[in-house]
Amino acid sequence: MSSLTVTDEQVGSTPAKVIQPAWVRVMHWINALAMILMILSGWQIYNASPLFGFSFPRDYTLGGWLGGGLLWHFAAMWLVMINGLAYLVTGLATGRFRKKLLPITPSGVLHDVRAALTFKLGHADLTVYNYVQRVLYAGIILIGVIIVLSGLGMWKPVQLHWLVSLFGDYPTARYIHFFCMAAICAFLVIHVLLALLVPKSLRAMIIGR
Amino acid sequence: MAKRSFLIPGVDKRLLIKDSIKTMPEVSRRRFIAGGASLGALTLLTGCDVIDSSSAEEMLKSVSKFNDAVQAFIFNPDALAPTFPESAITKPFPFNAYYDLDDAPDVDGADWKLEVRGLVDNKKSWTLPELYKLPQVTQITRHICVEGWSAIGSWTGTPMRDFLKLIGADTRAKYVWFQCADKDGYNSPLDMRTALHPQTQMTFKYANEILPRAYGFPMKIRVPTKLGFKNPKYVVSMEVTNDYKGGYWEDQGYNSFSGS
Repeated sequence: MSSLTVTDEQVGSTPAKVIQPAWVRVMHWINALAMILMILSGWQIYNASPLFGFSFPRDYTLGGWLGGGLLWHFAAMWLVMINGLAYLVTGLATGRFRKKLLPITPSGVLHDVRAALTFKLGHADLTVYNYVQRVLYAGIILIGVIIVLSGLGMWKPVQLHWLVSLFGDYPTARYIHFFCMAAICAFLVIHVLLALLVPKSLRAMIIGR
Repeated sequence: MAKRSFLIPGVDKRLLIKDSIKTMPEVSRRRFIAGGASLGALTLLTGCDVIDSSSAEEMLKSVSKFNDAVQAFIFNPDALAPTFPESAITKPFPFNAYYDLDDAPDVDGADWKLEVRGLVDNKKSWTLPELYKLPQVTQITRHICVEGWSAIGSWTGTPMRDFLKLIGADTRAKYVWFQCADKDGYNSPLDMRTALHPQTQMTFKYANEILPRAYGFPMKIRVPTKLGFKNPKYVVSMEVTNDYKGGYWEDQGYNSFSGS
């Protein structure tokens, strides 16, 4: 492909393989924005009544005070929920989840984690997710579902009291919501780090190939 | 009436933050609603000029109004807040307000009268002994603060819907608007459907004792389907009205419906 004299025919006959279809890319970046808004406003809300012996630095919170943080949180939640629901429906309907994320075998995960930690994990074909990716992506989808459900339960603990019961009680739902946030932050760090280590994966998430 | 809690064991670290917020003049608080991400994350991400925070603030206000409508739609007037056994009661139940207990209204029960105004047939004021004679019920429910903490308490009083019927209130009106004895003039609107909810209560007792000063003597409105700040304490008057008259916290940006 480095030839300076590629003909139109050649270009047409060897189109770069689409790694990330347009719907995945659009929803990914909408979700990225929504997550940052939710996390930073969530930290603001957390600071009003911390669950643990620490608060988040004020500079890393959104909204200025509790009321502002809540406004942001309950605005961005629509972005998360609508985009997330569309993602789940499309992912299931197109078979993308099944094709990309399954199967997940313990031996496969163990093997790829070891390879990743020794920098021996290959990325020749970005269309096939390795087991580290499969576990992380499937896991973060699950966490996403749990954080939305626990959040909805806390938002409507009377109307959706069955949802709160699912998590135990209201205070427990709060802790679960917090730990899911922590898991998402941990994912975010690993995810961004790995994307930077394999820049072509970042490119694929932007231009598709 | 949410905002600052003092007596919850183990969470007093947040007072530091709360104090700093308290000292912020209201104008800058509002300005911060939109522009508060001082790391500039928003400007970075969206490319919008968030410095022009008024547009972001308008957007957030619109969404909050939309959320009011969504919550009113979701609200089931027959859905009851979960109730608990006495053993589940939080002890001590936290005193909570935007001021210290020492600054809480100290109402003289002998002088106090509940003023009734607006779209009602009988506008007579009610003394405490008169109110105490009304049939009372007890509920043990979870109080959930806008800050996120919660506590289970036992409240005894007259169902609001019985009282509204007694005074011949126009229950087609949109709101019951409460005013309180707090020196800054605490007030809060309650949508009529919630006011008519079977668990919405004019509360005169906490844990079977006359409501102490800390919890809103002489009368609190207990609304287990709303966040704590929509459970006004030290109530001095109620008005049945079709006008949205705003509220102490609602005007500062807390979502007005704030239903659970």
